[in-house]
Amino acid sequence: MKIVIIGNGMVGYKFCEKMIAKAAPGTVELVVFGEEPRPAYDRVHLSAFFSGKTAQDLEMAPASWYIDNNIRLHLGDPVQSIDREHKTVHSHKGFTETYDYLVMATGSAAFVPNIPGVDKKGVFIYRTIEDLELMLDYAPKATTGAVIGGGLLGLEAAKALLDLGLQKTHVIEFASRLMPRQIDDSGSRLLQGKLETLGLQVHTSKQTTSIVGDDVITGLQFADDSILEADMLVISAGIQPRDELARLCGLEIGHRGGIVVNDQLQTTDPFIYAIGECALYNGMIYGLVAPGYEMAEVVTTHILGAHKAFTGFDMSTKLKLIGVDVASFGNPFTPADQCRSIVFEDTMKGVYKRINITPDGQHLLGGILIGDADAYNMLLQTAKNKVILPPNPEDVLLGARGGQEAAGAGVLGLPDDATICSCENVSKAAICNAVIDGHETLDAVKKCTKAATCCGGCAPMVKDLITSTMKSQGKYIRNVICEHFDYSRQELFDLVKIKELRSFDTVLDHYGHGEGCEICKPTVASILASLWNEMILAKGNDTAQDSNDRYLANIQKGGTYSVVPRVPGGEITPRQLMVIAQVAEKYNLYTKITGGQRIDMFGAHVSELPLIWEELVAGGFESGPAYGKALRTGKSCVGSTWCRFGPHDSVSFAIQIEQRYRGLRAPHKLKSAVSGCIRECAEAQSKDFGIIATEKGWNLYVCGNGGSKPQHALLLAGDVDSATCIRYIDRFLMFYIKTADPLTRTATWLNKLDGGIEYLRNVVVNDSLGIVAQLEAEMQVLVDNYRCEWKEVVDSPELRKRFSHFVNAPEEKDPTVQFENLREQKKAANWAK
Amino acid sequence: MSLHNTATINWFFACKVEDVPANGGVCVKYLDEQIALFHFPRRNEWYATQNLCPHRQQMALSRGMTGTQGGEPKVACPFHKKSFSLVDGRCLSDDTECALNTYPVKIEDDRVYIGIVNGRDTETVMA
Repeated sequence: MKIVIIGNGMVGYKFCEKMIAKAAPGTVELVVFGEEPRPAYDRVHLSAFFSGKTAQDLEMAPASWYIDNNIRLHLGDPVQSIDREHKTVHSHKGFTETYDYLVMATGSAAFVPNIPGVDKKGVFIYRTIEDLELMLDYAPKATTGAVIGGGLLGLEAAKALLDLGLQKTHVIEFASRLMPRQIDDSGSRLLQGKLETLGLQVHTSKQTTSIVGDDVITGLQFADDSILEADMLVISAGIQPRDELARLCGLEIGHRGGIVVNDQLQTTDPFIYAIGECALYNGMIYGLVAPGYEMAEVVTTHILGAHKAFTGFDMSTKLKLIGVDVASFGNPFTPADQCRSIVFEDTMKGVYKRINITPDGQHLLGGILIGDADAYNMLLQTAKNKVILPPNPEDVLLGARGGQEAAGAGVLGLPDDATICSCENVSKAAICNAVIDGHETLDAVKKCTKAATCCGGCAPMVKDLITSTMKSQGKYIRNVICEHFDYSRQELFDLVKIKELRSFDTVLDHYGHGEGCEICKPTVASILASLWNEMILAKGNDTAQDSNDRYLANIQKGGTYSVVPRVPGGEITPRQLMVIAQVAEKYNLYTKITGGQRIDMFGAHVSELPLIWEELVAGGFESGPAYGKALRTGKSCVGSTWCRFGPHDSVSFAIQIEQRYRGLRAPHKLKSAVSGCIRECAEAQSKDFGIIATEKGWNLYVCGNGGSKPQHALLLAGDVDSATCIRYIDRFLMFYIKTADPLTRTATWLNKLDGGIEYLRNVVVNDSLGIVAQLEAEMQVLVDNYRCEWKEVVDSPELRKRFSHFVNAPEEKDPTVQFENLREQKKAANWAK
Repeated sequence: MSLHNTATINWFFACKVEDVPANGGVCVKYLDEQIALFHFPRRNEWYATQNLCPHRQQMALSRGMTGTQGGEPKVACPFHKKSFSLVDGRCLSDDTECALNTYPVKIEDDRVYIGIVNGRDTETVMA
């Protein structure tokens, strides 16, 4: 049987993938014609192209996949005509292919409204990688961008313009709100407010009448006579099904475009199918990828002789727009007389949630989530599966409050046929069965069922299902470190302490098996350092350290290292600055001020590290373990010594704190800061432990975090004196070090801690576990054992020997290292392609 | 592996046993090539591969962390933690990543020798 597929987009590709998987080997011959010059790529994540992904990263499968599966792929060769009588197609490059079945997956084109001036230079559409490359070329000339269309694609395009560096970007929407198909007016207002803080100007109820400019766009003219200046425009006003080929060969086309199909996705010619955005089913074009995949599934099944029908598709969607969660599910627009609505709006945090429920309060019909869409999967499944709502339906939106158990039973309460992964259409039963068959990790379940392999949004639900299914089989889920140690980090910490083990090898002998790996080695090394604070490169522990710790420096692009001396509290003398300047000039290092008030020197060859540190140590510097999961810095504002506001000397206290905990190793890095007054110039509330001066003493905040998931620190104790503050920090840090999982920052640790900050305060301040004396004593051991790691290496010929690139040519540097020039300094050469 | 048995192998002296850290690796210079050499004293085994990590083309594998996966010796690149089998060089964390070249190793009188297989280039091209 021979099948010709016209179109090599995401849906056309998915059809091939499904056909190869389902058909008996050698029974089906597939020929694909694609208009674009490259094989199918992930159009959903197109904007990732501007944040560093390459066209190759976006590929659905490499060109070799088609060869390996005997698929003949004609790229850059659109089909010109279809001869239905002889069942042949003719391509632009002159190929003729016969077919038994023809699958049209021609997709859609950007809809360009008939506005005078759309052909001017600087006007773009946003659809293919070629479109993006054109924008990329043009963007450096432009400063103000505009997008016509405030729908899903339009906002994606606006993000692209921001990513391209356009300082000002405007979004123009004809309707009275953004994303009119997905969200309501209140949701749109909130979204608009969020987007405006991110640099987008939103104009709703605006009709563009012409594009201004001679040859090149200079602005837009609107129906209300206003004018907007812009030198780059993206039109993203909707899609237009690519039905011209179908029209040409006489297939039925809808009034407003689209190839008419039946429940089997057959066109008016039973040997020709249409799938994806070119197909018009029941008067509707499905402009999302998930229904396209479902169509591919139906056609595959049907051609292979089994029965399956397309019955429409839920258009629920969840996405992150410029960092803002937006989701709509079920029917978010049920008329007010047919439902009751529960609305939650928090303009402080920028969260808007609305659910529509049946008048009897039994079922969820649909809703909208903006700013926080964590509950999307659960709500979608609750609506789709007509799960009976709890007595207080607002619980599904807000969570159970008060003493009652959480409403509903979460993912476990869903029926077996509930769809967990809507991209790949994987049911709850399929996932649970995979787990029962022995696929007990997320990776294994992904490989086996394909769930969570597309957008990944369902991964947390899949993980919950794995855990609950294993539990229901009586399997005890232990949070073990890896295949070499059947213990949690906390268990191993206690065992190593009791047995007084001091090297990775002895820990492996006592409690592990195999040779270890890149997960357990640094975990054990960190435990040893947190218990005994001995030189981390001694006792054979050097090869158990993570790469940066092993060389006491941070490996950077190209294989050179960066060097950061400690600058306690950010206070540095002119003389010390000169030492750094001399060293950096002598070894030609790129220098940069870090976020932690230190100076980073980049581009040192591994063999230069001991030489550099010899000079830094002689100049009075210590290592500032930027390379370790250890205390990094104690940042400070200038405080009462100079500042006319601050009540306390924040610099002195920051220095005292940083000196006390210098070199302290922990499950993850630790950052601290001290602010001299409530103005909080040192940003202490974003640190693992931060201190802010008050009129009466210090406020101690803990478990804050910057990074990808910023979290404010919480007040642990207020108005304490310096000695009490340090005692509380001792206890807090030691408790964290002893109980946290590997690579868990304090914020994540606290989020997982039963009882949260109240519990932590009870342990640390009220001594509810009766362990604070022990915690303080353990910390004192670490403080007393501190020695500068680099001073020890500089003084030890044996340790210095390890700092060479070639074992058999120790004086030679790695000849493959390359630098480029940038603003009178050097930088690492880019990754090779 | 069959090629190793039939083709002639030129052994060159890399370093002494004591030059290689236990449970770790070093980089050996051979002409213009860089070879990563690893010692597993618990199993009394030695392995050698190319030093270049094929993922981002970095000369870094000798500084990677060694270990095992299901008993198979491996090394994880320090840059992005891609793991490679030291037995046949294949990438254990990503099916689509290129495999490493591997080299035979022998120890004589506490001296480590790495074998260069004649016709190696042809083998690489054909692989």
